[in-house]
Amino acid sequence: MSAEAFIPPLPQGHLAAVAHNESVLTPLGQEMVAELSVDATVAYGELTLVCHRDRIVEVMTSLRDRFGFQQLLDVCGVDYPERAERFDVVYHLLSMTRNARIRVKVSTDEQSPVPSVVGVYSSADWFEREAFDMYGMLFSGHPDMRRLLTDYGFQGHPLRKDFPMSGYVEVRYDEEQKRVVYEPVKLTQEFRNFDFLSPWEGAEYPAPVLPGDEKAAGSAGTPSGGKV
Amino acid sequence: MADGPAATPVVNPTLADDIDVFGDVRTNHARQMDDRKFTINFGPQHPAAHGVLRLVLELDGEVVTRVDPHIGLLHRGTEKLMEARTYLQNVPYLDRLDYVAPMNQEHAFCLAIERLLGIEVPYRAQLIRVLYSEIGRILSHMLNVTTQAMDVGALTPPLWGFEQREQLMVFYERACGARLHANYFRPGGVHQDLPMALIDDIHAWCEKFPAALHQIEQLVTENRIFKQRNVDIGVVSKQQALDSAFTGVMLRGSDIAWDLRKSQPYECYAEMDFDIVVGKNGDCWDRYLCRVEEMKQSNRIMEQCIHKLRNCPGEPVMIEDNKIVPPRRGEMKRSMESLIHHFKLYTEGFRTPEGEVYAAVEAPKGEFGIYLVSDGTNKPYRVKISAPGFRHLQAMDWMNRGHMLADVSAILGSLDIVFGEVDR
Repeated sequence: MSAEAFIPPLPQGHLAAVAHNESVLTPLGQEMVAELSVDATVAYGELTLVCHRDRIVEVMTSLRDRFGFQQLLDVCGVDYPERAERFDVVYHLLSMTRNARIRVKVSTDEQSPVPSVVGVYSSADWFEREAFDMYGMLFSGHPDMRRLLTDYGFQGHPLRKDFPMSGYVEVRYDEEQKRVVYEPVKLTQEFRNFDFLSPWEGAEYPAPVLPGDEKAAGSAGTPSGGKV
Repeated sequence: MADGPAATPVVNPTLADDIDVFGDVRTNHARQMDDRKFTINFGPQHPAAHGVLRLVLELDGEVVTRVDPHIGLLHRGTEKLMEARTYLQNVPYLDRLDYVAPMNQEHAFCLAIERLLGIEVPYRAQLIRVLYSEIGRILSHMLNVTTQAMDVGALTPPLWGFEQREQLMVFYERACGARLHANYFRPGGVHQDLPMALIDDIHAWCEKFPAALHQIEQLVTENRIFKQRNVDIGVVSKQQALDSAFTGVMLRGSDIAWDLRKSQPYECYAEMDFDIVVGKNGDCWDRYLCRVEEMKQSNRIMEQCIHKLRNCPGEPVMIEDNKIVPPRRGEMKRSMESLIHHFKLYTEGFRTPEGEVYAAVEAPKGEFGIYLVSDGTNKPYRVKISAPGFRHLQAMDWMNRGHMLADVSAILGSLDIVFGEVDR
């Protein structure tokens, strides 16, 4: 029942593995840049390719067939609301023959669809459904695009940065109507988002005038210890 | 029936040849009514659904023609919640994913942070991490193997298996104070050192475990009913396993010797002596055998860890850098510097450099990955949890097509699904 691994093990230790990965992935990345005309960067021992979304099927196909990346282990979205094309779609690939991982990124916005890679890696099916559900980016050519994780009839895309943490609706069982009813979220206490990023300099917002400080001349708006 | 004078016996032309033409004991009428095709709900309250899975099954008689899993009934928005909390506050969320092997999830998250920070964990902490990861593996496999037997009708194996799990839970509790939601692996090491007595007790357990496992095996492995329900059911070929992004036992059951502990060793797995277990046929029974055999291998690793842990008593289990790791309580009472560090770490937390990493561990169910995007602040900008159960569950459709309705629970059992990680 047991068999030996067919890959020689990597050097031991966290940092040694990172260094080893970088030494292996850098030439691989250069090869991919030459072959596929994509952008490649190596950081933290990981290779990231960036290409235009229209070329994703072509790039993935040749990564699978030409470079031997057998598995697509993850597809996910990332939201950068301040960018013109606010979404990144990130694909994580694994090659067992090379014993290497790469990441492929494309960017998109709410309107422009990303071609679906289900035809290349069938595992992309649910990943793309989840990314659509969570971020609302579109995938063209997906065979069965429905919401995956959220409730039936859910509206909005919860992982977008502009979606509030507490959501918009809450559910409860209504004893009179004998069914589950949806209602707007009522919070008994306001959602508290602490700004702990720098407790020394104080929060960024105009802090209220501390009791006693109002007597000091010109104190309004610039409380002691406040960030100017 | 009162018929008018014009009434002649009208023969419905479609019913006229009400004979068994196709040899499937169905009349044309039945064939037209299509009375064999129907759709049923499997779950979300079904005991064999392993939690809150709703499967919409399309059946042709008793043969499954399509499976549509509806997931998300346990969706808690973990990834959203993690974006609003510091790294240290986020560790407990990982326990709530695959809640039968909590520490393995924490492990992936800690590895991701450690790679961003570029820190190396002390050797003793690595040993403790490996020890508890393997305990988690036995916890998970023991649950799966025995409940898989229960799904196909056996009741005794879970009772025997849970006795072992209970003892392992106590080891969890003695290390970190919680049976399930451990919060024990921290970025930079583990929270506390293990007491010597606990290491002795784990060792005593390791010596007794093979016998207990053997007893369960005697009940299940060659059991006629168990084999009838599992052999040649849910066969996965090598290519299918690769295409569907199978990992862990689902991959090794199909004869692909791939184990991250060997191929991309993290912590001190490289110096551990153990074998990769592979199946030959890729059916449910092979996956069961793989899990049983992996428990024996885990036991081997645990014994080696214990031996090595005894050789390094009192060595640090956390890195010493107080910009990342909180100071010890005793120091905090005496040193102003430590008090400041403590306050800073429990309010602001530590910051990670900007960048993105993907860290994966060989969790009991397969490759558990964390994709972490950092914007240089004290909170992750984005955490994507890549759970093995999620990848495996989407194969339910093609794995079940053509099987009988009763095989659905056998196949689902062999996928090893825990809804905490599927829905996140």
